[in-house]
Amino acid sequence: MADPTSNGTPSFSEPALRLKLGLAEMLKGGVIMDVMSVEQAVVAEKAGASAVMALERVPAIIRAEGGVSRMANPKLIKQIMATVSIPVMAKCRIGHFAEAQILQEIGVDYIDESEVLTPADEEHHVDKHAFTTPFVCGARNLGEALRRIAEGAAMIRTKGEAGTGDVIHAVKHMRQIVKEMRQLTVMREEELFAAAKNHQAPYELVRIVARAGKLPVPNFSAGGIATPADASLMMQLGAEAVFVGSGIFMKGGATPLDLTVTAEREEAESRAQAIVTATTHFDDPKVLAEVSEQMTGAMKGLAVGAIEEKDLLQTRGW
Amino acid sequence: MIIGVLALQGDFDAHRRRLEELVAEVVLVRKADQFDGIDGLVIPGGESSTFLKLLGPGTLQKLSDFVHSKPTFGTCAGAIMLAKEVENPHQPGLNAIDMTIRRNAYGRQIDSTIVEAASALGEEPLEMVFIRAPRIEKVGPGVEVLAKRDDYPVLVRKGSVMAATFHPELSADKRVHAEFLKLVRNGSRR
Repeated sequence: MADPTSNGTPSFSEPALRLKLGLAEMLKGGVIMDVMSVEQAVVAEKAGASAVMALERVPAIIRAEGGVSRMANPKLIKQIMATVSIPVMAKCRIGHFAEAQILQEIGVDYIDESEVLTPADEEHHVDKHAFTTPFVCGARNLGEALRRIAEGAAMIRTKGEAGTGDVIHAVKHMRQIVKEMRQLTVMREEELFAAAKNHQAPYELVRIVARAGKLPVPNFSAGGIATPADASLMMQLGAEAVFVGSGIFMKGGATPLDLTVTAEREEAESRAQAIVTATTHFDDPKVLAEVSEQMTGAMKGLAVGAIEEKDLLQTRGW
Repeated sequence: MIIGVLALQGDFDAHRRRLEELVAEVVLVRKADQFDGIDGLVIPGGESSTFLKLLGPGTLQKLSDFVHSKPTFGTCAGAIMLAKEVENPHQPGLNAIDMTIRRNAYGRQIDSTIVEAASALGEEPLEMVFIRAPRIEKVGPGVEVLAKRDDYPVLVRKGSVMAATFHPELSADKRVHAEFLKLVRNGSRR
């Protein structure tokens, strides 16, 4: 097999990477929902989710309970894969390539090397070129996004601040990445070398972004999206799809909605459907008003400003 | 000649780019009233279960009327939408092409693959990108098979409706979309 990084940057014409990017293309315009059970996965699929992210604890619970967060039990992931027809993603810890190997072995469709789980390596991320299964990684700025792409990520998502229901840092990170890309497009050739140094990113990738005005992989949004208006906001700011973590199935704190109770099940369904519709019709305020009205409840949430620096999830990853 | 691309979810933007390369005027279709202004429609790849949910009964009827009267091309999830019968799991099909299609029949993402094969579109082999692809299990009388993979049809045509289980919008080869635009030109002359 040809070395995909032989010139210091991923070869976007190489078949393995094209297939990874291909699935990311298919997920555009959609909502990827965190699910902790088969029942939640079914609600997500019926509501129109374009994929589900299988995990044992959504970020809101991780935040409330603490402890070490790891890859979900493969048995749970396999049960979800056997139940829904849409793609199933799962998370591995940053740098934990053995968890990633397990996720690839059981056949998950996308691996999220995620700051939401407890990192397994203080310096290195997973070499994602070594996998057939595509990876998505979080980023707060362009340099971080390009470092992940250099490592083989086939999709970038803003980190935001997961598990809060507060969209402020998803906005901050998307604005940052879009602004930094726009700046590259007006630079002179020699300035791009300095820009690569400043972004701590490979020059070749910086040049690709400067030419195209966008990332060479799809750019999605995550981390605090909880309402149809949040989804619309992120899409209008340049996201090509959204991840909704705790926003669909959480009540408040560490308590999920109880799907065996009709009213709570309907609340989860109404949130999921409203956010799916809002993501498609993100630029149509009339539709957004209708779906916002139909939605019953939203997660209570936690303002990012009230979280101590050391408790932020977004600072994980390097 | 205006081509609509159904833009509820999926790789509609890849289709838009390809159609614009072929100098077609493209509109992204998200609402029922937009079907009235277009001469042909592309239903992209994505998740067919998501499309069905987002269409809702009203827009689904409008889409159904369109595909039974005007040129339409579906890729992957779009091909699933156009089928008569859908399996794994069963879901409603628009019955624009008499075929039975099976979702995710080749497996999961790790089984996604790029193959080259002969086609009715000329001597050069056609590159075909399969992503979690469905498989056309059988076709009815009058359905033309334009390309195959392992004896299963992957590019079919019935009247002015075309379907591909692969993604020509993700290859450099423009022949499949050009073939569809021919159908639209013929259709608008009728």
